[in-house]
Amino acid sequence: MKILAIDTSNRPLSVAVLDDSTVLAAITVTVHQKHAEYLLPEIERLMGMAGLKPADLDRIVVAAGPGSYTGIRIAVTTAKTLATTLNIDLVAVSSLATLAANVPVEGALVAPLFDARNQNVFAGLYRIKDGQPTAVIADAHTNITTFLEAVKEYAEPVWFLGDADHFTELINTTVSAATPRISPWLNLPQVATIGLLGQQMTPVKDVDRFVPNYLRLTQAEAEWRAKNPKEDVESYVEKI
Amino acid sequence: MKEGVSPTDKRNLILAFESSCDETSVAVIEDGHKILSNIVATQIKSHQRFGGVVPEVASRHHIEEVTLCIADALSEAQVGYDDLDAVAVTYGPGLVGALLIGVTAAKTVAFAHNLPLIPVNHMAGHIYAARYVEPIEFPAMALLVSGGHTELVYMPAENEFEIIGETRDDAAGEAYDKVGRVMGVNYPAGKTVDEWAHQGHDTFKFPRAMEKDDNFDFSFSGLKSAFINTTHHADQIGEKLNKQDLSASFQQAVVDVLAEKTQRALADYPVNQLILAGGVAANQGLRERLERDLSSNPTTHLVKAPLKLCGDNAAMIGAFAYVAFKHGVFADATLNADPSLEFDWVADPVK
Ligand SMILES: [Zn+2]
Repeated sequence: MKILAIDTSNRPLSVAVLDDSTVLAAITVTVHQKHAEYLLPEIERLMGMAGLKPADLDRIVVAAGPGSYTGIRIAVTTAKTLATTLNIDLVAVSSLATLAANVPVEGALVAPLFDARNQNVFAGLYRIKDGQPTAVIADAHTNITTFLEAVKEYAEPVWFLGDADHFTELINTTVSAATPRISPWLNLPQVATIGLLGQQMTPVKDVDRFVPNYLRLTQAEAEWRAKNPKEDVESYVEKI
Repeated sequence: MKEGVSPTDKRNLILAFESSCDETSVAVIEDGHKILSNIVATQIKSHQRFGGVVPEVASRHHIEEVTLCIADALSEAQVGYDDLDAVAVTYGPGLVGALLIGVTAAKTVAFAHNLPLIPVNHMAGHIYAARYVEPIEFPAMALLVSGGHTELVYMPAENEFEIIGETRDDAAGEAYDKVGRVMGVNYPAGKTVDEWAHQGHDTFKFPRAMEKDDNFDFSFSGLKSAFINTTHHADQIGEKLNKQDLSASFQQAVVDVLAEKTQRALADYPVNQLILAGGVAANQGLRERLERDLSSNPTTHLVKAPLKLCGDNAAMIGAFAYVAFKHGVFADATLNADPSLEFDWVADPVK
């Protein structure tokens, strides 16, 4: 099975192409955040290195959020368009799980988090089971202290990844259990890893209706729903 | 291939994308002037909840719709990817997050099927909606009026666009939405104000801005303020104003300014055609006025964009993309959205 995996959830752009469990080529770029401009050229370069044409692909794996809204939109739009236009499977993975998959320690608890400003984070807690990250606290947009209090309950060493260094002090004072030292390498999405995981995962059923996992309503939508609790929230777009 | 058809007779098919604001649209266009399909998914009802377009919401809706629009466009046109000659997409101007969805999807389809990618300026697309009425004869002039733009564009030859005048403040469509709101009409207000205008009379005599200035620029902020002051004053003294007369007075002022400036531009730039295009080009008052003005012009005739193609759609993008295709205008996979993309200004618009 030939797999293309894509992650542009945050600043790094990471793409990989695999043939079953063999990673044919992988590119991770961290020097810019021009994903709209560079994602497709990097995919072209990657496929060229691997000697593959788009029609050779069997499956797309995408990190579908949470993350930067623009970043996850570019990744998901590219992934769902590729999957529909080539008529192949699409598999979606949490962008936080993509990071958690970097930890190769069986049984470890991993807390990947992205800074969402104003002391808020996108975060989840994962247990590495059979080499795969399994969610124990679901990905959420939450206050950092609330998240750390919940993590503390496990009373175990936790691998904090992602933007954890923005909250070092808070982590040290809130979570008493020792936190392992993290190599900066582990903070970068290595999308080849989710490419491997994506082989086994169930593909998205309705690719056309697939959207990024924003984990947050837009402010306008949230305010409108608060004011109109009884209104239908679906069908607001119509073909004319 | 059918017998007796030489390879040069092969029809040119372009898959065109448009997502610059609140419509997701994909079309299949044959030879730049025949619409095989033109799928438009509009988000108007969603944004009406907020009283106007919310960019983040628009961007999210585009992702929900874009691949469905592609599939529908191809199946309605009864063509497959192998039949296509190119992919075209609006890359500006517009809302950056909205543009990015169309640009990303179009780039991906081009990559997946090894097709050339054509970058299209949204405003060129609006002008080329007129191509579905008749071929454009150069030199030509376009009066482009929409929610975001009001400009006079001179086209000396195919694939050449020069702005000779534009709005200094609000676009005409923006002014319509603002006065609509004052009268309690939800966005987009143009159609309702246009209808009321036809039932009322210009009794308020609002100011016509810059009609006498020696350039082709427009301004609608003075008119908007006069309108708001009038209604505000009436509210304060508890007087109820007639919405039909208010609309008629507002529309008359807008139409006078647009028509007057256009006449002056036509005097300085003799052209074969005046093209009326853009969302506000659906306005009946404006269409009727320009028809009247141009009926006595022996050299220039009016081409109005079809009513159904005045709003944003991918068919118009495909019409211009065919011209770009012939001129060898292509983009590579680095194509990005350019939210403030503009035509160049003519060097010296005022003679
Ligand atoms: Zn438009």
